[in-house]
Amino acid sequence: MAELTPFQTVGPFFAICLGESGCARVATEHAIGRRITIDGTVSDGAGAAIPDALVEIWQANAAGRYAHPDDHQAKPLDPNFTGYGRAPTDDEGRFSIETIMPGRVPGPGDSLQAPHLVLGILARGILTRLVTRVYFDGEPSNADDAILALVPADRRATLLARRAGDDAYELDLVLQGHNETVFFDV
Amino acid sequence: MPGANYRRPRDDIHPPLDFPGYRGTSLRHPRQPLVIVPQTISELTGPVYGHASVTDGDRDLTNRGRGEPIGERIIVEGRVIDEDGRPVRDSLVELWQANAAGRYAHRVDRHDAPLDPNFTGAGRAMTDAEGNYRFLTIKPGAYPWLNHSNAWRPAHIHFSLWGPSFLTRLVTQMYFPGDPLLALDPIYNSVPDPRGRERLIANFDLSLTEPERALGYRFDIVLRGRHATPMEARHG
Repeated sequence: MAELTPFQTVGPFFAICLGESGCARVATEHAIGRRITIDGTVSDGAGAAIPDALVEIWQANAAGRYAHPDDHQAKPLDPNFTGYGRAPTDDEGRFSIETIMPGRVPGPGDSLQAPHLVLGILARGILTRLVTRVYFDGEPSNADDAILALVPADRRATLLARRAGDDAYELDLVLQGHNETVFFDV
Repeated sequence: MPGANYRRPRDDIHPPLDFPGYRGTSLRHPRQPLVIVPQTISELTGPVYGHASVTDGDRDLTNRGRGEPIGERIIVEGRVIDEDGRPVRDSLVELWQANAAGRYAHRVDRHDAPLDPNFTGAGRAMTDAEGNYRFLTIKPGAYPWLNHSNAWRPAHIHFSLWGPSFLTRLVTQMYFPGDPLLALDPIYNSVPDPRGRERLIANFDLSLTEPERALGYRFDIVLRGRHATPMEARHG
């Protein structure tokens, strides 16, 4: 068996290759579904903004299907929606994701997962990648989600994007300390 | 379901999140344990992109200005495979690096070394049907950083790959053989297994070297592979 290539930190200079914008436009104007915006922050163990993080997201389309050859579900693909976006944080540690509300996708066993994005954080000072999920506050199906159920109840709120308007959400990604975001080993 | 699960890496493959020798990790690592979760369709799929926009010119980092960049021209070629030796085909490889003087074309880099108007330091390529990629670039210089007294990063090239799923994502750095700074570099030495560290060092390869033109280096990359069968995955 071939041995894995180890991770190394993305460092502070990735923007020369991976993009300068503080906004990930996941949904173009023709994408189907309820348009939402997630305004987020990334902060460290001292509560300071992290101005040099790269946030990457992956999600299903409004019908709950991934634009990927291994998703064989009999649900429609949306030619105007790839489900992928990445956004470097700005000088105040902020990022923004313009997308559509993802549909539900199959989970472990016969379950259905609650609407969610998978999210990775790369930055100077992170030697690998931090992986988490974004769920949506007020979504009734959160109660039945098999992945959320594995998270200690008193920490689940760190995975919920808060309602900040009809179609606007806010999310704080805290790498360490008080209200530390739950990160996953997948 | 989209096929078998991915194997979990051994503990000594990737660097730890908390590594005191690299000061930047101290406030940027979670203190709570990671929550172990099963792989679902959300992780077993991943972004498929780059195909439409990457051109052949993107893998030549020496063609970005009016003239040629200063420095030692090099070819970096390699093969991207998974743990089972299967080629990772039609997949985006992105790289970025400092110029020959050890300076990045980035506003945050304040190192007192010249910028090169003919070098941006960024390139992209798609792997071919066998997983091969190839770049033409300039050998990057070493540069100082503030991690500790008289700290210098060894010459390196950053690589970013997605592979076929969210779980095969890899961001890493390629180093050069024989660099005396490697032994002193906390980022390189954060990889626990010495053999893992060696896999981050490219091999000089005379067969890739073009006479009268450029030295050749080989850097093969291995991404996470899947369990052999879905059954094994359920029990593994």
